[in-house]
Amino acid sequence: MDEKTKIEIRDLNVWAGKTQILKNINIDIPRNKITVILGPSGCGKTTLLKCLNRLTDLYPELNVNGRIMIDGSNVLDANEDIYKLRQQMGLLSQRPYPLPMTIYNNVAYALKLRGIKSRRETHKLVMHYLQQATLWDEIRGRLREPASRLSIGQQQRLCLARGLAVNPEIILADEPTSALDPISSQFIEETFVKLKNDYTIVLVTHVLRQAKRIADNVVFMYLGDVIEQGSVEEVFGNPKMERTKLYLGGTFN
Amino acid sequence: MIIATFFILAILAIIIYSIFEKGVKSISWEMLTQVPQGGYYYGKGGGILNAILGSLALASGATALAFLIGLPVALYLNVFLIRHKKVINIIRFLLDLIWGIPSIVYGAFGFTLMIFFGIQTSLLAGILTVTLFILPIMIRSMDEIFSTVPIGLQEAAYSLGSNKSEIAFKIFTRQSFSGIVTAVLLSFGRGIGDAAAVLFTAGYTDHLPNGLLEPVATLPLSIFFQLSSPVPEVQNRAYASALVLTLIILLVSLFSRGLGKRYHKTKINF
Repeated sequence: MDEKTKIEIRDLNVWAGKTQILKNINIDIPRNKITVILGPSGCGKTTLLKCLNRLTDLYPELNVNGRIMIDGSNVLDANEDIYKLRQQMGLLSQRPYPLPMTIYNNVAYALKLRGIKSRRETHKLVMHYLQQATLWDEIRGRLREPASRLSIGQQQRLCLARGLAVNPEIILADEPTSALDPISSQFIEETFVKLKNDYTIVLVTHVLRQAKRIADNVVFMYLGDVIEQGSVEEVFGNPKMERTKLYLGGTFN
Repeated sequence: MIIATFFILAILAIIIYSIFEKGVKSISWEMLTQVPQGGYYYGKGGGILNAILGSLALASGATALAFLIGLPVALYLNVFLIRHKKVINIIRFLLDLIWGIPSIVYGAFGFTLMIFFGIQTSLLAGILTVTLFILPIMIRSMDEIFSTVPIGLQEAAYSLGSNKSEIAFKIFTRQSFSGIVTAVLLSFGRGIGDAAAVLFTAGYTDHLPNGLLEPVATLPLSIFFQLSSPVPEVQNRAYASALVLTLIILLVSLFSRGLGKRYHKTKINF
């Protein structure tokens, strides 16, 4: 594996019954960059993301084949400790799902899973991650309230703080701004740009402008196939494939 | 549809009205605080405290036991068997099937077990039988609640590295708290109101419950014995006992609703 590559996806095929959702996917995701997976709805982007931390296990109808290497471990290998591997990846989903506990405990729970037991350490880190997700100033007085009382934009940032708290190296984000208002979306985007020095970020989106704004690398998918991948300049500036041109031109969605 | 609905409501209203009408007249402080004296069933003094306490002890014991067994089963179905939809469906089908078995069959089954183990009619035997009887209700109602835990929430928790036990006991139980309370109280209501399951197993006594291995009186059987009395006054007392039983169940459901509502305010809203 190349030094610069963080995640190496090889010959990934996913079937749901007789329908093939992902067809022979090969992608290299570079370290400390934002890689955007772009494509129209239903092209398999979300499934691809769920393969990366094997959340596909939750869907018995999915049949996953291939290799996904992260620092030498194959995520899809049944012998790997998937609970450990998942901690290398923070997940941000389309809608925020705060855990049914207080704001503080949402982050503290993640810290506990990471093995941090001391109260003082937990205290310090909860504050740290809430600051990193630019949420701390808004909610510092409300830490003991149930997380469900936050606005949806705040909930999403709480989920980001919680995801960071397991100390991952990768952030997986599945259209994380699709349910948010423009200001909250901007918060999330800015945070991503700040975070990319320390994390490898994989972002799924169908919003072209968002991809243009923050992507370093773009993977364009259509109906389960990777059509084109490369740096943002290459894919947006000089697309090689007809499909990509059409999508970027807005001819089809 | 309207006729059917009103028909059912009317019948319910008549039942409740007759219980209240006849019950309120003969209910008294003495009835609630004393055990039956000699000749109670022929019109002498005393009360049904033995049955009130007996029913409460029996139903609480059975509900607690059924909860301890039922919660892990319901969690196992929804967290651990998630990749085996067929197995889940078979188990659900079987549970629905045994839900429909009449309670007298549980009573008879409990009785054969008692003979086998050489136990006499007792609170313990009653608790065990009623536990078996309410287990399917307990498991299926918790199962229904657990199956509504959003997959997105499960993904979020798994993505943090939680293992299945953590998902079960930290996420599912918290998220479904009000539903679990409802399931417990529903089972309690079924357990306290049933006569047939306790007929052979718990026995009957005019004394207060004293110890797991002693027979205990229950309200449904107390109603039955009082109704069988030839003395009209005692028959009216049966209605008073029915009123007590109805009020206990009413209190329990009001309490569960209150608790559910209070918890709902702090629950996740989407």
